[in-house]
Amino acid sequence: MLPEIGHFALILSLFFAASLSFVPILGYVKKQKILMAYSVPLTHVTSLLVLLSFIVLSYSFAIDDFSILYVSQNSNSLLPVMFKLSAVWGGHEGSLLLWVLILCGWSSAVAYKGKSLPEDIKALVLATLGVVTTGFLAFLLFTSSPFIRLLPDMPVEGADLNPLLQDIGLIIHPPMLYMGYVGFSVAFAFAIAALISGNLNSSWARWARPWTSVSWAFLTLGIGLGSWWAYYELGWGGWWFWDPVENASFMPWLAGTALIHSLAVTEKRGVFKSWTVLLAIFTFSLSLLGTFLVRSGVLTSVHAFAADPTRGVFILVLLFLFVGGSLLLYAMRAADVKSEVSFGLTGREAGLLINNIVLVTLSLTVLLGTLFPLLFDFLDLGKISVGAPYFNTMFSPIALFLMLVMAVGPLLRWNRTKLETLVKQLVFPLILAIVLTAVTLIWQRFEWITAISLFVAYWVLLLTLIDWFAKLGNSSVSWWQKAKKLPRNYYGMLIAHLGMAVSLIGILFVSVQSQEEMVRMAQNDSVTLSGYEFVFNGVSQVQGPNYVANRANISVFENGRQVATMEPEKRVYQARTQMMTEASIDAGLFRDLYISLGEQLDDSTWGVRVHVKPFVRWIWLGGIFMMLGGFLSALDKRYRKVAGAKI
Amino acid sequence: MSDVKSKKMKKIALFLPFLVFALLAGVFFSQLGKDTQYMPSALIGKQLPEFSLVNLETNKVMNKEDLGEEGFLINFWGTWCPACSFEHDYLMELASQGVNIVGIDYKDETQEAIKWLKEKGDPYSVVLLDELGNFGVDMGVTGAPETFVVNGQGEITYRHQGIVNEEVWQTMKGYLK
Repeated sequence: MLPEIGHFALILSLFFAASLSFVPILGYVKKQKILMAYSVPLTHVTSLLVLLSFIVLSYSFAIDDFSILYVSQNSNSLLPVMFKLSAVWGGHEGSLLLWVLILCGWSSAVAYKGKSLPEDIKALVLATLGVVTTGFLAFLLFTSSPFIRLLPDMPVEGADLNPLLQDIGLIIHPPMLYMGYVGFSVAFAFAIAALISGNLNSSWARWARPWTSVSWAFLTLGIGLGSWWAYYELGWGGWWFWDPVENASFMPWLAGTALIHSLAVTEKRGVFKSWTVLLAIFTFSLSLLGTFLVRSGVLTSVHAFAADPTRGVFILVLLFLFVGGSLLLYAMRAADVKSEVSFGLTGREAGLLINNIVLVTLSLTVLLGTLFPLLFDFLDLGKISVGAPYFNTMFSPIALFLMLVMAVGPLLRWNRTKLETLVKQLVFPLILAIVLTAVTLIWQRFEWITAISLFVAYWVLLLTLIDWFAKLGNSSVSWWQKAKKLPRNYYGMLIAHLGMAVSLIGILFVSVQSQEEMVRMAQNDSVTLSGYEFVFNGVSQVQGPNYVANRANISVFENGRQVATMEPEKRVYQARTQMMTEASIDAGLFRDLYISLGEQLDDSTWGVRVHVKPFVRWIWLGGIFMMLGGFLSALDKRYRKVAGAKI
Repeated sequence: MSDVKSKKMKKIALFLPFLVFALLAGVFFSQLGKDTQYMPSALIGKQLPEFSLVNLETNKVMNKEDLGEEGFLINFWGTWCPACSFEHDYLMELASQGVNIVGIDYKDETQEAIKWLKEKGDPYSVVLLDELGNFGVDMGVTGAPETFVVNGQGEITYRHQGIVNEEVWQTMKGYLK
């Protein structure tokens, strides 16, 4: 009975969402305030119904209701409760429901927070979100309902959640990721509302900014978690694979980063108006494209969901309606936009333009690499796969250039910067960065690309901090008071930019200095790597809640002193008879020790893979900085003040 | 005059994003439903290649004509392959449902194979020895386990790389006829 209630709530929500995408627009056309005002309650009711059905599905997982096909395919009575609940989004149907739930959450947040928005804009924004919700609810109900029953022959036991997904990283990774790229729908909705109303002045950018920053922060967290998960769960110590599904989340991140900056220029200076609208559409389109690529089976990936052509067609139609429709609207409306303000070549506007061009180039590079196998196949040139080498060679130089510019950007003034002043500001950090790089090079030999990256990291760190100190200096008030006065927006930028440098340092050292060895080990054998001695103490059998494992015990010594005991496992999950390598990691700020247990070679010897990974934590540490920066800038007081102001 | 022209150009340029997207959507549409998980096998739709392999049980040489008129599965396996032992239980289940599975003991030792079948049960109607992997080359096998579907006309209709389970079987069985 309960699952039917969940199903019914979902069907009902489709009707409310459909009304939401229709009634406020009708009100807008007929200039009827009452109809427009319906947008808020319709949004909330839709969200509540979707929430109800999500709760029902979660409950069905918790009580092991294997009469539901989706539950039986993705859960098992032996599964710990925490994983039963996260199994809700372990498969296509449930994760799509989560997708819609998060979309509804964002819509409701806009409806709630948008009290001060002009009536017509609010109606258009919520209606746009309503159209997207309607599309995805229809997709969910017609092709992928999670409430399909297996009656009367219900299985006594479920097929279990894929062991790879039985992990804390995977419990929070998808929700965070979706919070991010579904969140870009808000900026998208504001852009559409601006296009429809023809009201393309800078106010829409001001409204969209905090939403975009928050979504971007969530997406950063989501991608970081995904990378961290891949690192410790896949068992071979990599942290980024340029897998199509990873790229699907990375492209909106790149475009979203461009959008954050472009929104800032549009709001503050009224330039790039038409471009910013296009970028908002582009960013959300990439989110939708990601959803399409992951769920339609057109690309091969380790984390793609099971392919189903009907779903593919449905979501392609949605993609076509949303993206095609908005681009068409853009083509028809954007011609009317006039940018009166001009700006100089040395101004911050120009700097942000470079930022935008480079970031869009980066997203297109990733897009091209991801779609290349598809295009190749389409043109009948055969099957190819595009791997890490393409991405690394194409991506790294452009990204380094971006960071070089990123450090200088904040120093620029709006409209024009006096070159002498700028040069004066740059000379000292430039010399210092070169000296620091040289010093590091004495201590460690690097290839030239690594040396350049290192220089860029120092450069960003120095310039960012110098800019901050410059802002604090030359004033009569104490630096602390001055520091408190600087807007949160500024600190957001500062922290996010520092985060980029921190991640770059991590990436750099991990790619150059990682040591790794695959060895045969029997009891009391030892191997030495990067000054660490690993002693193998043997393997024991362990019984887990839903798996059995061989667990090795390895002691690690540094200079004769024991620094860690590590226990990598090789697990066999019973329900799916699937093997899993559970790496053991001894984490540290400056190095990770990483051991994964390989195959058993004979009665007493095992293959063991030992890694020492310097600075690997910094990659995610930088991600955390960026995320905090995103949240902080969204909390800027200006947005709250603006919320009350009359536009 | 030129001002009007440039304005017109600008208007056309604004349609560019839409056009590029429309093209891309067309490509996506044509790619839907294609199976991307597997490398295509050049043998799909062709007759099973000729072979002469030794039968594990009878020690006699068998040819493709000896495999019968009905559709069957050809399963490449080996005792050296851990994934094959996972697959084995499901093959036993299929065999008990009456599915005809021809086993190719691929790059393996005969004694080991006999022991394996004795211990785990034998899901195969016949087991043929491909010790050097020559038949595997003819079939374009990339590793074990790998399973081919041969229909009643002796054509190879489907190829699966990796473990056969319930889900794979559901797709596979349609190709048997």
